[in-house]
Amino acid sequence: MGGIRTLTVWCPDWPLVAAGVPGVEPAVAVVANRVVATTAAARAEGVVVGQRRREAQSRCPEVVVLERDVDREVRRFEPVAAALDALTPRVEVADPGVVAFPTRGPSRYFGGDHALAAQALELVEVVLGGTGAARVGIADSSFAAVLAARAAAWEGTEGVLIVPAGETPAFLAPLPVTTLERPALTDVLVRLGLTTLGAFAALPAADVVGRFGTEGRQAHRLAAGEDAHPPDLRRPAEELAVTMELDPPAERVDACAFAAKALADELHATLESRGLSCLRVAVEVETDHDEVHARLWRHEGALSAAAIADRARWQLDGWLSSAAASRPRGGIRRLTLIPDDVVPATGRQLGFWGADAERTDRVTRAVARVQALLGFEAVRVPERCGGRGPAEQLRLVPAGAVDLGDSRNATDEGWVREPWPGRIPDPQPAVVHPEPIPVDVVDATGRTVAVSGRGVLSAPPAVVVGGGPSRTVRAWSGPWPADERWWDPDTHRRRARLQVVLDTDDGDEAHLLVLEHGQWGIEATYA
Amino acid sequence: MGVVDVALSQLADRVAPVTLATEQRLAGPAALHPVLPEGGLQRGWSVAVEGMGAWSIAAALVAPVQGSEGWAAVVGVPAFGLVAASGYGFRLDRVVVVDQPPPGRWAAVVAALVDAFDVVLVAPPSVVAARDARRLRARARERGALLVHLDGGRTWPEAVDVGLRVGPSRWEGLEPGHGHLRARRVVVTGTGRRLPGTPRRSELWLPGPDGRLAVAPPRHQSARPVPVPVLDRAG
Repeated sequence: MGGIRTLTVWCPDWPLVAAGVPGVEPAVAVVANRVVATTAAARAEGVVVGQRRREAQSRCPEVVVLERDVDREVRRFEPVAAALDALTPRVEVADPGVVAFPTRGPSRYFGGDHALAAQALELVEVVLGGTGAARVGIADSSFAAVLAARAAAWEGTEGVLIVPAGETPAFLAPLPVTTLERPALTDVLVRLGLTTLGAFAALPAADVVGRFGTEGRQAHRLAAGEDAHPPDLRRPAEELAVTMELDPPAERVDACAFAAKALADELHATLESRGLSCLRVAVEVETDHDEVHARLWRHEGALSAAAIADRARWQLDGWLSSAAASRPRGGIRRLTLIPDDVVPATGRQLGFWGADAERTDRVTRAVARVQALLGFEAVRVPERCGGRGPAEQLRLVPAGAVDLGDSRNATDEGWVREPWPGRIPDPQPAVVHPEPIPVDVVDATGRTVAVSGRGVLSAPPAVVVGGGPSRTVRAWSGPWPADERWWDPDTHRRRARLQVVLDTDDGDEAHLLVLEHGQWGIEATYA
Repeated sequence: MGVVDVALSQLADRVAPVTLATEQRLAGPAALHPVLPEGGLQRGWSVAVEGMGAWSIAAALVAPVQGSEGWAAVVGVPAFGLVAASGYGFRLDRVVVVDQPPPGRWAAVVAALVDAFDVVLVAPPSVVAARDARRLRARARERGALLVHLDGGRTWPEAVDVGLRVGPSRWEGLEPGHGHLRARRVVVTGTGRRLPGTPRRSELWLPGPDGRLAVAPPRHQSARPVPVPVLDRAG
C-alpha cells in the first residue's frame, strides 16, 4: 500500500470565515482583482472562484469585496489546529483551512474511523462556534482525503465522508484531473483525452515517467490513491534539526521570523548537501518561561526559506492570539526547525525558467547578507501606488517581506488603475530629491511668485535663486495644484507644482518646483 | 563537512557549465550603439555616467540586462527616480534598493551584491580605497556583474571601462506659460578605457516624443541664409 490513511478537516470558504463574514451574506475574497473565495450566498448568485472582481460584482451588485489576508487566515486557524492536538500530536497544517493527521493510532483508540471523524468534527465545531462549517474526509492518502472532505460538503452525509480502506482508487477515478492542481500537466492530459484521474492512473507508470518526468510520476501516484512519496519509516537523523538560540529572547514576532528565515536557509543547505528533501517541517518555539509550541507544516520540498519564515510568523501570531490560558508569557528563547519524513530528493525538473529559480535564490541570499550588515529595513523593493507627485507614485517595502521569485503584480505599469487627476504628466523626473531643495522663485520685479487659492500664479516666474547659481526661467508651465486629504486635518497637504526649464551655460535644466506653506522647493529634477 | 558533501561539491564544480565569451556580452540599447564599444558592454565592466540626463541613460543601459532575467541593485542613491527609470524599460520587479552603507562597510555591501546581482548602481559616500576598488573589479569580472557609477566615477580611483557624459540638452514641449515637458535632445559622448582615441558623440532623444530613448536625426543646421558669391562679370 502506497499511502498513509489520513483524516483531513476542511473548513470551506476559510478566507471569509476568518474575516468574520457570515455565510448568508454575499461576500468574496480577492487577490489581484480575482476572486479566490466566496460565501454560500455569493455562490447562489452565480459568483464563482476565478472570476474577475468586476464580473462578480456584475452578477451580484451587493457583494462585499475583501482583500485576502493570509496572515489573518492562518492566525484564526491556529485554534482549530490546536483543538485537534487533543486527538494526536501529528496534526499537520497544509494551508489555512485544511488540517490533516494520520488515522492509524487515533482511529484504534477511538474505536474506528466513524467515531474518530465524529470526534474531530465535534472538536472543530466547538472552536468555530457556528461561524463556519467543517467537513471531514478520510481516505488512504492525504490527497484523496482532501477531496473526500470536499465531496462530503456536496453529498450531505452530515459533513463526513469516509472512503473505506482499499476503495480510494475507485473513489478518485471519476474525479477530473484538474484536482491535481498542476495546470501545466493538466493541460497536456486534457489534450490527450485523459480527463479523469482514473484514466490517468490507468497509464503504465514507466510511460508516465518517460513523458512527464518525476513530477508526472508523483501526480500519477496521487491519482492512483497513493502518496506522492513512499512513506519513509525511519526516524529522521537527529543532526538534521537546526536550532537557533535567541539571546536576548525576542519579544517581537518580526525578529523571530527573521531568525526563522536564516534557520530555514541552514536547514535547506543541510538537506541539500545530503541530497534529501523533507515532506513536512516542524517549527518548534520555546519561550524563556519554558513554554513550547510546535506545529507541523506541509513542505514537500516546495517551501522556500521565506515561506518557512512566514509560517513561523503565522504560528507565533496564532499562539499569541490564542486563549489566555495557552498564550505564552515570555519572550522567544529558542527556535528549532525539524525536518519530518525525510525522503531522497528527486530533484526538480527545471523548465525554461529553471535558471531563474537558481538566480532568485542567489539574489535572496545576497539580500539576506546585506540585511545582516545593514539591518532589515535597509534593503527594499518598490511597489507602485497611487499619487500625484513623483515621490508618491512608489512605495518601498522591505525585501524580506516579499518573495522575490514571485511575479509581483504591484510593479506592473497598469497596477494603479485609478486616474489621479492633477498628476504631473509623463515623462517622470529621473532625480527625486528626498526633501525638496529650498529655493526662491521670483518674478520679473523680484517678488516671490505666489499661487492663489484658485491655483493662479501671481506673476510669471523669471529667476530661480538658490540650490546653485541664479538661473533664468526659459519656459514654465503650471501650476498643478494638489489639495490632498482635505478631510483629515492631520494629513491635509496643499501644494502647487510648476515645471520649469532653466537656462544655464551647459544647456537646459528642467526641474519640478513645488510650493508648500509659502516656501518653494525643487522637488525633482529631470535629469 | 562530511566526505559526501565534499565529493558532491567537487562534482558540482566539475559539471558547472563553462561560460562562453559571447555570453559575457551585453547588448546596449540600439540608440547607444554609436557611443558604446562594438555597440555594447561586457559583464564585469565598470561604467560611469555623468551630466544632466545621466541617470536616464543609466536606466536605459540597465533595462536590456534585466530583460533577460537579470537583477539590479541601487546602492545609496535614494534620489534615483524608479518611476522615470521604468519609462526607459527598467524593470521594477527586478530591482532592489539598498540604503547607503557607512563608508567602512561600503565595500563589503557592494561585494555581497556583486556576487548575485547582474548590475549594481552605486554612488560611494567617499573616495573608495584603491585596494577595495581592485578587489571589487576582480570580483565583478569573475561574477559577471556590471558596476555603474551614478556619480560619474568621481569617487572611483581607477579609470572606468566606459564613461558616458550627457552634454548640453534642449527640452521641447514647455513654452512660457503653457505646455509640459515632452521631449529632450541631448548629446552623449562616450569615453573610457574601452573607447580610446577621439570621444564618440551621438545626438539622442532622451526621451523622444514617444517617451523612449532614440537617435535624434540632426536638426536643420542653420536658419541664416548662406551668402551666394556674385559672379564678377568683368572677370
